[in-house]
Amino acid sequence: MFDFFFNLNPVIQGLIKGLAVILVIFPLAGACSLAERKVSAWMQGRPGPNRAIVPWFAYVPFLGRFLQRLGVFHLMADGAKFLFKEEPVPGHVNKLYFVLAPALAMMPAFTTVTVVPFGAYFDGAGHAIPLVLANVDVGLLAVFAVSSLGVYSLILAGWASNSKYPFLGSVRASAQLISYELSMTLSVVPVFLWINAPGTPGTMSLAKVVEFQSLPGFWGGTWFIFLMPLSAAIFLISLFAETNRQPFDMPESESDLVGGFHTEYGAFKWSLFFVAEYSHMLVGSGVFTLLFLGGWNPLPWLPLADFVAWLHSLGGAAFVVHPLFVGVLSIALFLGKVLVVIFFFMWVRWTVPRFRYDQVMKLGWQKLLPLAIANLIFYALAIAWVQTR
Amino acid sequence: MAIIPLERKPLSLAERTYLPAILSGLKTTFARLLRPIETMEYPEQRPAIPPGYRGVPTLVKDPNGREKCVSCQLCEFVCPPKAIRITPGEIPADAPTAQVEKAPQAFEIDMLRCIYCGLCQEVCPEEAIFLQNQYSMSGYTRAEMVNHKDRLYELGGTLPDPHLKWDKKKAAAEHGNTH
Repeated sequence: MFDFFFNLNPVIQGLIKGLAVILVIFPLAGACSLAERKVSAWMQGRPGPNRAIVPWFAYVPFLGRFLQRLGVFHLMADGAKFLFKEEPVPGHVNKLYFVLAPALAMMPAFTTVTVVPFGAYFDGAGHAIPLVLANVDVGLLAVFAVSSLGVYSLILAGWASNSKYPFLGSVRASAQLISYELSMTLSVVPVFLWINAPGTPGTMSLAKVVEFQSLPGFWGGTWFIFLMPLSAAIFLISLFAETNRQPFDMPESESDLVGGFHTEYGAFKWSLFFVAEYSHMLVGSGVFTLLFLGGWNPLPWLPLADFVAWLHSLGGAAFVVHPLFVGVLSIALFLGKVLVVIFFFMWVRWTVPRFRYDQVMKLGWQKLLPLAIANLIFYALAIAWVQTR
Repeated sequence: MAIIPLERKPLSLAERTYLPAILSGLKTTFARLLRPIETMEYPEQRPAIPPGYRGVPTLVKDPNGREKCVSCQLCEFVCPPKAIRITPGEIPADAPTAQVEKAPQAFEIDMLRCIYCGLCQEVCPEEAIFLQNQYSMSGYTRAEMVNHKDRLYELGGTLPDPHLKWDKKKAAAEHGNTH
């Protein structure tokens, strides 16, 4: 079966892999919206969505009731509703761009997924082969380049809506994204300074970052969050701003801008913005996990290879070292970490109130940016000292 | 009023980053996450009604099954939104409770007008009308929202009556003592 797959035309292989990833990302983004509602409800002492159920599913003894209480069917009901309800297009909008904006929102969200590795397996020689749609060497640069295109959809949506609240929202979005893009990029430079030691081939690949966090020894196995906590903090804060999450959801700010850039949108077009936001969050959390949380390594100082070897010594089962099992295991570990980061996003959302717009700008330009530059200089000197010793 | 000058200390570096405050906030919300859910899931779970609750006004009967209302119309007159409409009627002379003389022929409370103030209950000299525990009234038409006499007695049921005033009056009259 594997031979058949690997003998296919690379284009078809890529198509199949791409479809598989989209089929995972799309429901995952939907599930995140449900998780958001559930987490917010639990934090406020509410049960959250728990009523909708497919009629015949209610007869399944335990599982049906459990899924109902978990609100899983609300997710399907919401999806179906968005698909079938009327699509209002206000009369005063620029129709072409109005329709184009949500589609444009999805594109960068899904394109960035292609360069994010989400797992690894070991070939015969014990080399880790990352599972990634396009294992390009520019890696993180591609993520930054494409994901910041996402703001164009917000600008387009706000402008095409031809009304003042969406316009204000989109202006805020563009200002905010530009402000935080800088500190975000600067905060990860130390990571790549560290892994691109003198004499090694230069790379921006995310898989390489994980490889460096799976090296043996105390310093080798350290996740970069311990090595560079300030970088991680700046990256995380910028990530909140880049994905327009609370406390930085300036573009939406429903209390002062009605709905921000998507005020005029409804039905499926609105839900596309929604899914795009969650996809950005998923990709952002994935990048954070790869850079600072050790990617698919189960624990700090416990790389995947050692973990698999330990599992193998435990039961001695042969399937444990099979590439397929290792691949699935690494994907599960990686997704688990990503979901923990997503939970952190939600946790912060229901804890910290929204900043005022001037506070966002002040934090971005006067606090985070100098901090990121100072951090970069400090680590550049420290790494130069360590690596040339 | 003395003016007390408060000394405001400048924020420390840790406080200026807001991070300690945010972390303690995160701790609070996480503790909330683990707490039991406080929402009452309404149609399945009903709230406990405290005594003295003013629900839907109802008419009650005494333990002997006599309708207590004597259609004096005080409630009709006191009702601020004019929700009550009473048509007084006679009690036939051969009835066992003929000494009461009057009973409502029709008794309507328009629940679309009722403001649940409880004045009817307060003013009633016969303790015949009570605002009881029912708190949810719904109907598909305006007509459905008008409670007629039968419905009012059905909702009210029988309440204990420590006085049994009309029985005492009858007994007194039979002993030749009308007052």
